[in-house]
Amino acid sequence: MSKEEINGGDALIRALADEKIDLIFGYPGGAALHIYDAIYKQNKVQHILVRHEQAAVHAADGFARATGKPGVALVTSGPGATNAITGIATAYMDSIPVVVISGQVASHLIGSDAFQETDMMGISRPIVKHSFLVQSAEEIPVVIKKAFHIATSGRPGPVVIDVPKNMTDPNYKFEYKYPKELVMRSFPILGKGQDEKIANAIELFRSAKKPVIYSGGGTIQADASKELTEFSKLIGCPVTNTLMGLGAFPGDDDQFVGMLGMHGTYEANMVMSEADLIFNVGARFDDRITNNPSKFGLEAKKIHIDSDPSSIDKIIGVDLAIEGDAKLVMQQLIEQVKSTGFDQNIYKDWWAQVEGWREAHGLNHDMLKLKNEKDIILPQQVIQSLYQTTKGEAYVTSDVGQHQMFAAQYYKFKDPRKWINSGGLGTMGFGLPSAMGVKFAFPEADVACVTGEGSIQMCIQELSTCGQYGLPIKIINLNNRALGMVKQWQDMQYGGRYSSISYEDSLPDFVKLAESFGHVGIKVEKLSELNQAMEESFAMKDKLVFLDVLVDPDEHVYPMLEAGGSMSEMRLSKDKKTF
Amino acid sequence: MASQISLLMENQPGALSRVIGLFSQRGYNIDSLSVAPTQDPTLSRLTMTTSESVEIIQQILKQLFKLIDVVMVQDLKASESISLEMALIKVSNKAEVISKIEKNYSSLDLNELDNTDEKTILRLIGETDILESLLVELKDDLVEVTRTGALGMTLGNISLETEEETKVIY
Repeated sequence: MSKEEINGGDALIRALADEKIDLIFGYPGGAALHIYDAIYKQNKVQHILVRHEQAAVHAADGFARATGKPGVALVTSGPGATNAITGIATAYMDSIPVVVISGQVASHLIGSDAFQETDMMGISRPIVKHSFLVQSAEEIPVVIKKAFHIATSGRPGPVVIDVPKNMTDPNYKFEYKYPKELVMRSFPILGKGQDEKIANAIELFRSAKKPVIYSGGGTIQADASKELTEFSKLIGCPVTNTLMGLGAFPGDDDQFVGMLGMHGTYEANMVMSEADLIFNVGARFDDRITNNPSKFGLEAKKIHIDSDPSSIDKIIGVDLAIEGDAKLVMQQLIEQVKSTGFDQNIYKDWWAQVEGWREAHGLNHDMLKLKNEKDIILPQQVIQSLYQTTKGEAYVTSDVGQHQMFAAQYYKFKDPRKWINSGGLGTMGFGLPSAMGVKFAFPEADVACVTGEGSIQMCIQELSTCGQYGLPIKIINLNNRALGMVKQWQDMQYGGRYSSISYEDSLPDFVKLAESFGHVGIKVEKLSELNQAMEESFAMKDKLVFLDVLVDPDEHVYPMLEAGGSMSEMRLSKDKKTF
Repeated sequence: MASQISLLMENQPGALSRVIGLFSQRGYNIDSLSVAPTQDPTLSRLTMTTSESVEIIQQILKQLFKLIDVVMVQDLKASESISLEMALIKVSNKAEVISKIEKNYSSLDLNELDNTDEKTILRLIGETDILESLLVELKDDLVEVTRTGALGMTLGNISLETEEETKVIY
């Protein structure tokens, strides 16, 4: 066989194909032109042209969250690279495997302030798991291989590959070889947990009276949802999921006490507060959960399972740390419980207490039945209508703010990877582009983007991308004519001084806006019309529908943890609190 | 007493900036830092001192090890170790300075390196704390000072460079 020689641009795209990547999101520009030419000449890797580089990374991110496979974005140097930064930081904070390939000026120009030059390695350094500056065309295949390995292994995260233009020079050719194996001496990946610790963990459950299983995004990333559910069923204690962990344990199961944390349910936060054993799998005791760390779980023993040792003892010290892959560790725990047996009756009194909390202040999932004289729609009712219409089976992406919290509280996610939101960074503008990534991955599934009139305007240009590629996403716009979460804080802590949250007179007509991009727009103002409009939207299988729902502008998200307090210090409504 | 951390990292462009960036990003303080290639040209060895608390040091060790370019991390103060630093000082009143050092700081290794235009460069090697007390005492005599930052090494069999497996040595 004669040796085949190809150039760096072709090698880069071919290496992506060898990584089984068939879809990338991007935006061309000068430094990336050789790569775009390579894309044109082949048909294994399809390129999706977005309208802004931030959206390219969010779309790759949404694709990754929904599928568990790495997402890929391609951008040019300078502004292309800097526009991608918010997307990269979003993926970093939520540990999402995304590979971002950025063009760079030719290597001899680096440092000369050349046109569209920016130090992408420097700018992205604090928000990547790792990054590469390609040093020679020949190393492109191995760099690609390493990038995907690092992005997807252990605790996942984004990897940047910065490619100087001369590395993809069409006239410089070399023999293409894709490495079968990688040798990386400094990247250990954790596997099983230590047997002794597994046994200890079960003993802690046996001696506990009031345990809780608290699971986060790491469980979903590790594809350990099935194991989490099986283990939880064997133990039989209350289960709570973080914002990032929703769907890992079925949201409609009685054993589930709802989301915990800042806007978690009353019962979930009370369970955490009163527990004598907190079993954390794939969560990181972050500040939206613990509230004041010095008042967190004082009476509880704590077990923490994490694939990232630096997450352990970072904020909350634990009694038993199991460093390992959540899926493997949960399998070990299941085996241990099965071999030794477990009597769930020991938690009977605990459940009585939990049921009491649930009855006292649990969320009302039947708000669609509420009526009011003015026929005003509450934002919670929109989520319940969405849940009802999609039977709880849709992929739901969201932006950031009140609508995000309402979606998390009221859409009882049954499956992992179906709730796609920016939990760590809290990126407004994430919802629509991430929904595009999900829709490309699952063209037949219902994909809803729950958003607000503030957030949606941050990446509204992607309505054009959706038109170009025929993506029938349903945009559910909870339109309260103001930046709702900011307004809520201003109501609660700033004496109702509404600083810079209003734009009511200058909002676009979202129906006309959607129509101008070739989509369908529907405006709903009355509760009595909500369900029908929702059903109509989802019945239009091949149309993007922008459902603009005017909701009560004065609604707040509750429960809400009181800043600086413990997890039991909550506001339950505008005039009711637990402290 | 400051803690001292030694690490081996890939001798790659950008590796050092990742280590230093980690400190500023996570709000940790570095008191001193020294870095040079090792016998293995693909690896650099870095020694740093920091005055953070024990809990923070544990986090720093784990965060450093998480960096892909970092191969080995060692908390030097966790085992018996030697720590030394070198300083070059330039003074005008050589005789006076040398007598102060010989009188109160005899543990420091002292050498005279140069004498030009009535300025003398002295080389001092010793423990950081002792060196620092001397520099405080000499405050008014010093024309210029440059220091290497502390270097350290554990006693006996423990060695960063002979470990087979990538890890954190506590």
